[in-house]
Amino acid sequence: MSTQHKHKHAVAKAILFLGVVFGGLGAYIVHFTKDIRVGPLTTKGPIAAEQANLIYLSLGIVLAVLVPTILLLYFFAWKYRESNNKAVYKPGAHHGKAFVMTMWIFPTLVMLVLAFILVPVTRRLDPRKPVNNGTAPITIQVVALRWKWLFLYPEQQIATVNSVTIPKDQPVTFELTADETPMSSFWIPNLGGMLYAMTGHVNRLNLMATAIGDYSGSSAEINGAGFAGMRFTANVTSKQDFGKWVNQVQYKTNPLDDTAYANLRKPSEAAPVTTYSTYAPDLYNTIIMKYMGDMSGMDMSSMNHEGHTK
Amino acid sequence: MRHFWLGKLDSHALPHAWFTIGGTAVFLLAALITVIIITRMKRWKWLWNEWLTSVDPKKIGIMYFIVGGVMLLRGGLDALMMWLQQALGASNMPGIGGEAAHGYLSSEHFQQIFTAHGNIMVFFVAMAFIFGLINYIVPLQIGARDLASPFMNTLGFWLYVGGVLMVNMFFMFGGEYAATGWLAIAPLSGKVFSPGVGVDYWIWSLQISGVGSTLGALNFILTILKMRAPGMTLSKMPLFTWGSLFSMLMAVTVFPLLTATLFLSFFDRYLGTHFFTMTAGGDPMMYTNLIWMWGHPEVYILMLPAFGVFSEVVATFSRKPIASYKSNVIGMAGVSFMALSVWLHHFFTMGASTDVNAFFGLMTLIVAIPTAVLFFTWIATMRGGMIRFETPMLWFLGFVAIFAVGGLSGLILAFPPADFQLHNSLFLVAHFHFNVIGGVLFGIFCGINYWFSKFTGFKLNQRIGRQAFWCWILGFCLSFIPMLILGLMGATRRLDHYDASTGWQPFFVLMLIGGIVIAIGTVLQLVQIFASVIQRHRLYDATGDPWDGRSLEWGTTSPPPSYNFTVIPTVTSFDTFWEAKKNHALPGPAYEDIVIPKNTAAGIYIALFAFLLGFGFVWEMNWLAVVSIIGIIVVLITRGYNEHSEYILTAAEVEKNEEKRAELHKKRLEQHKAALHEEEMGLVDFMRYMLKLGMNYIRQKRRKRT
Repeated sequence: MSTQHKHKHAVAKAILFLGVVFGGLGAYIVHFTKDIRVGPLTTKGPIAAEQANLIYLSLGIVLAVLVPTILLLYFFAWKYRESNNKAVYKPGAHHGKAFVMTMWIFPTLVMLVLAFILVPVTRRLDPRKPVNNGTAPITIQVVALRWKWLFLYPEQQIATVNSVTIPKDQPVTFELTADETPMSSFWIPNLGGMLYAMTGHVNRLNLMATAIGDYSGSSAEINGAGFAGMRFTANVTSKQDFGKWVNQVQYKTNPLDDTAYANLRKPSEAAPVTTYSTYAPDLYNTIIMKYMGDMSGMDMSSMNHEGHTK
Repeated sequence: MRHFWLGKLDSHALPHAWFTIGGTAVFLLAALITVIIITRMKRWKWLWNEWLTSVDPKKIGIMYFIVGGVMLLRGGLDALMMWLQQALGASNMPGIGGEAAHGYLSSEHFQQIFTAHGNIMVFFVAMAFIFGLINYIVPLQIGARDLASPFMNTLGFWLYVGGVLMVNMFFMFGGEYAATGWLAIAPLSGKVFSPGVGVDYWIWSLQISGVGSTLGALNFILTILKMRAPGMTLSKMPLFTWGSLFSMLMAVTVFPLLTATLFLSFFDRYLGTHFFTMTAGGDPMMYTNLIWMWGHPEVYILMLPAFGVFSEVVATFSRKPIASYKSNVIGMAGVSFMALSVWLHHFFTMGASTDVNAFFGLMTLIVAIPTAVLFFTWIATMRGGMIRFETPMLWFLGFVAIFAVGGLSGLILAFPPADFQLHNSLFLVAHFHFNVIGGVLFGIFCGINYWFSKFTGFKLNQRIGRQAFWCWILGFCLSFIPMLILGLMGATRRLDHYDASTGWQPFFVLMLIGGIVIAIGTVLQLVQIFASVIQRHRLYDATGDPWDGRSLEWGTTSPPPSYNFTVIPTVTSFDTFWEAKKNHALPGPAYEDIVIPKNTAAGIYIALFAFLLGFGFVWEMNWLAVVSIIGIIVVLITRGYNEHSEYILTAAEVEKNEEKRAELHKKRLEQHKAALHEEEMGLVDFMRYMLKLGMNYIRQKRRKRT
């Protein structure tokens, strides 16, 4: 076999190999993603939808530029292979100013296009900005604890653990903080992107759901041994059902008093969903102020890592 | 009294879990076997004089490869353990509060494994190989005989070894490593949430090896700027040297930052200060900023020399000078400069104001411009070339596709609102593996396949090399494409278990299969090296220039003498060696007196004390830390007063040595000619050979007995 044939043979083999791999991989991916319900691309709200569109848009633009470039590289690799007698070997090829200019200007233009998308979209999708659909947002205060999520409803004066119920088509402002817990990240992928929950800080994350259902949420940032189990459910209900649910929670007497909160602060994994009919109105502020300034009066012994209950 | 001498160390710290007992046993066994072999071969003196105390950058480079290679296997084992855990980690009970299936590892153990995996792969594998390549190749490329400070070089290497020991020490003492993620983000890494010794081991392994990196970087900058051959202006420097220079400039900029941050973190844990604590005015967000101001450039410190390797390889295997050399250099300069100003994109989600996020998003986009230019120079170099598909070129072609996907996913992540949805997801984890494996690791493999004959005197086996390459490509696609998909399905990183209803498990299983294929590829690479050793006569590099190379390192023999060049070459253009070769104008033999640095064990002693210093602080044995600090100072002062750190090899001695080398070369050449009829070994041939070797050994033993 001539070297030329041998090369052709090897390339055919490589292409066949890659074809089989990517064909199989593609089929596998399609089969197992048929009915996914979670993730940034299965959107159930306007914020998530815009973020998904942004992902598709940036992916599309970059692909449009990248694929031809990479294909060109492989094409040249193939065309100018040593065994190809038809290709002309030009070792002294000079690259003029025009070539160098193009080489720099072309990617700069592409990045300019992306930049003109990036700045406005970053401003428009500022998580601090309430979702505007004519309704005033309700506030839900979120406290990251080890390893569970506490939700306080200041307007309804109820609280829940590891489950948050919100009405459909109702803008929500989540006010994120944490207590005796390392940086955590509050994420409901179906509704929109994440923000960190940190002690002594309030991060505001505005989201809205447009479809009734149960959506899973998690802490996306590692914050200790029980972090993988720090999951919660976002239940989106109709406005009527939300009112009913609030009444139910308020009716079933189970106040979040000091003892109950002290228990929540203890590290535990996979805490059951709990609802509280009421809580001390200044609880959230107390939690934040705890990390501001004077430390006297803070019970540091409770921040011991060891002996967490399962 | 007991606490004074032993600190926190007591019998509970000794191995008692399966993995610490196993790890300790493996390390002790490996040490024992090594000791037995060296003792039986009576090679202790040789090992000490020729290798351990050597200040020859070529030998130090090889030692970096060996330790880095072992650590690659160690970090790879971590990866396999994680893949297995996640493939098994789906709990079958729906909803929160159900009895969760947790795979075969506890959460804490799993978290320690991914922390160690990240630290080992970045610090003790990638850094080691990059420093190894720079050590071996840069002096040859610039026509130098040594580094600016040979002592600093051996010191840097041994500090790196000290870090390697420290990161593995927990197997024997303490039983736990940091369970915090590879950057030990505060306040999780503070004393309150991580009271054990794991984070202390993390701090000291990075601290010790990090100081070594700073020293190494300073040394290489000085070497490249001050010790180039006559005539080699900056604009005639080979591209791997350029990449290394930019990389090292970044390293001296950011590694001191790491050192300072680690010290502050250590003070928080040891002295109870409040730099990064969440109480008493400490600011964990400052830690996040500081660690990423080092952490982001760190990836580019690894990447730039790899870019340089690719530039060399593309030019050589296309038989053309690099297209638009200036653009390539400016491109690398741009990448390294911009990489210093994008760190905040690692935490868009921490809640900075919109304009701050937008600024760092824009900076991230700008990094893509010089990177794209590098790709264009490679494309233009290949155009009109005469391309050979040897293994170095294969690794380059593999890098192109994989790195492109890494860049693509990176550009999506540069948009803060998109990042809000993808941050901390497996999409992000896949993204940086596309870049670090596809870019850095493939660059290292490319470089090793390219320069192997320079290191050893014989080329690497191409047949098994190609098989290893395809295993890596296949395994990589199987494990990291599903990872991208998992991120888009809402899977976050670092999960030791997850709900089966998420539908993630099929992809985790696929990732495990991919991991096994990568492991096979790694084994094939070892086989590739062994098979090449077996056929070293057949693969002998007779000319020192097996690929028809272009830069000065190909003008010396393979391997070069300890003084690299008998006479320092004079450089007249970017492609001096290539032009001299084509015009048959290579210089003939000539000899001159050569100043050679003497071996020194001071680096080993200092690193040993640095290790004990770290160990003392980990276990609160303050006396040991104090003694170690005094030890370091004493060794340094003693070394400083040593005025006989060099000796002169006279021209006559050089000539004699060259004659000896020429004789050896003649012998090798005959063996090479005798072996030329051999086919290059394949995998089956290799197994047959090993089987025969084993059978013969057994037969011999039997014969002896009867």
